[in-house]
Amino acid sequence: MTMLPAGTERSLGLVIDLDICVGCHACVIACKGWNDAAYGAPLSDRDPYGAEPEGTFLNRVHSYEVVPEEGAAQTVHFPKSCLHCEDAPCVTVCPTGASLKRAEDGIVLVNEAACIGCGLCAWACPYGARERDPSAGVMKKCTLCVDRIYNDALPERDREPACVRTCPSNARHFGDLADPESAASRMVAAREGFDLMPDLGTRPVNKYLPPRPKDERVDVLAPLLEPVAEEPSGLLGWLDRQLGKL
Amino acid sequence: MHPAPSIILFSTLSGLGFGLLVFLGVGAIQPVGPAAAAFHGIGLGLAVAGLVSSTFHLGRPERAWRSFTQWRTSWLSREAWAAVGALLAASLFALTAVLGAPVPLLGLLSAALCLLTVLCTAMIYASIRAVPRWHHWTTPATFLLWCLGGGAILAAQTWLAAMILLAAGVLQVATWRRGDDAFAALGQTVGTATGLGARVEPLERPHTGESYLTHEMVFRVGRRHADRLRLIALLLAVVAPTFLLLLVPSHAAGLVALLCFAAGILAQRWLFFAEAEHTVGLYYGAPGGRTT
Repeated sequence: MTMLPAGTERSLGLVIDLDICVGCHACVIACKGWNDAAYGAPLSDRDPYGAEPEGTFLNRVHSYEVVPEEGAAQTVHFPKSCLHCEDAPCVTVCPTGASLKRAEDGIVLVNEAACIGCGLCAWACPYGARERDPSAGVMKKCTLCVDRIYNDALPERDREPACVRTCPSNARHFGDLADPESAASRMVAAREGFDLMPDLGTRPVNKYLPPRPKDERVDVLAPLLEPVAEEPSGLLGWLDRQLGKL
Repeated sequence: MHPAPSIILFSTLSGLGFGLLVFLGVGAIQPVGPAAAAFHGIGLGLAVAGLVSSTFHLGRPERAWRSFTQWRTSWLSREAWAAVGALLAASLFALTAVLGAPVPLLGLLSAALCLLTVLCTAMIYASIRAVPRWHHWTTPATFLLWCLGGGAILAAQTWLAAMILLAAGVLQVATWRRGDDAFAALGQTVGTATGLGARVEPLERPHTGESYLTHEMVFRVGRRHADRLRLIALLLAVVAPTFLLLLVPSHAAGLVALLCFAAGILAQRWLFFAEAEHTVGLYYGAPGGRTT
């Protein structure tokens, strides 16, 4: 059903800390690994060992150079996956009802058995969160690892999205963003987490935490390297003056 | 956006077909006997050929029937319903016309549903906020005018065709000019897309090769190339058919006018997709402006 729910009981989503993401792409690989063998059709690759390898991914890490108002340029790694928007435009455009937002937890999912692979949802998403798998012919997107987070067969510590579980720098967090007391919400409040392109009215659930301002660079050697004498004197001064006369 | 041949062919052919069915439906031409079969057949044939080609871009075309279910929110679903309704009404009207007893009310219904189908097609694009060049009333307006223009040529309404084509041409030029500034007017930059402030430059892509996203939505067309194609589209879709229809009153000239028009519309539709900038391009460093 492509009508958006009036509201969701919970708003499960990710909080991504751009300050500590090191751009290792481990989340990309963990996501691909889990979703190759779990919910829905596997994420296929094309020409994986050839000249133009290409594949379907639910999570991708961009890298940007950011020049702050003051100080040196910084490299910021930017993981991007479905933001599980409250007003998800990808859901309402779907002609078949395959694209849906769950009322119980707010996860935006694709029912792959009903998807015709028209790609309209990918067009409607401003963020590029959906890709059509060339082998299965259906739309793929982040499921928030819906088959992990409620999975009683997994140890409790593994009941979070694969990308969050694997992140070695702890830059990814998972939680209920509708609950102001959740760890994820408190982190967003403390660090002034923000939405991507909020003016487009999609109301993303996922939040990004900005890079912290860098400490001012202190040059510890500078005071020791100040010139001891501006004008040369003594033998060196005499030599300098004689040479200058030539 | 990627200009997929199946979608370009679909809207060009079905636009022509529905256009002719509109003129037949309102009784602008009332062919009888074999001529009726020919006219209605051409209209229905073009519309059906277009709709069939539109299924070629689906990943799972065998499930296309499911697209009738979400008419409450989806313009694509509404298009499916409108198309089936239009084809049913037009077929029944064609039957009555061929049998020599056309039912005017059925004709009007057919014409209205044909226009509704074209409107729904255009609204699929116009409803997408992430593509600001499309997200405007000029999208349905141009689709409808070009549809009527093609129908008028097919229905041999010379003066009316010329007037509609000129109006469509003027609107098209205005649409292109408005579209060139649309992305900048949306106010989204790589800074708002990433939330990283005013001075952000892509350093590395997330993938070394291409991806569905770059194939489908980060399509760029050169400015000079686009300007030339715009001129070609106008010459073929407006200037050539207008002169041929008004100055050379013959069936052969009418056929040439139709072929010119169809070629011009193919160019216009190619540009409609190729020039449309999607916000996802921001993540890949594609600005709103076009490259040269």
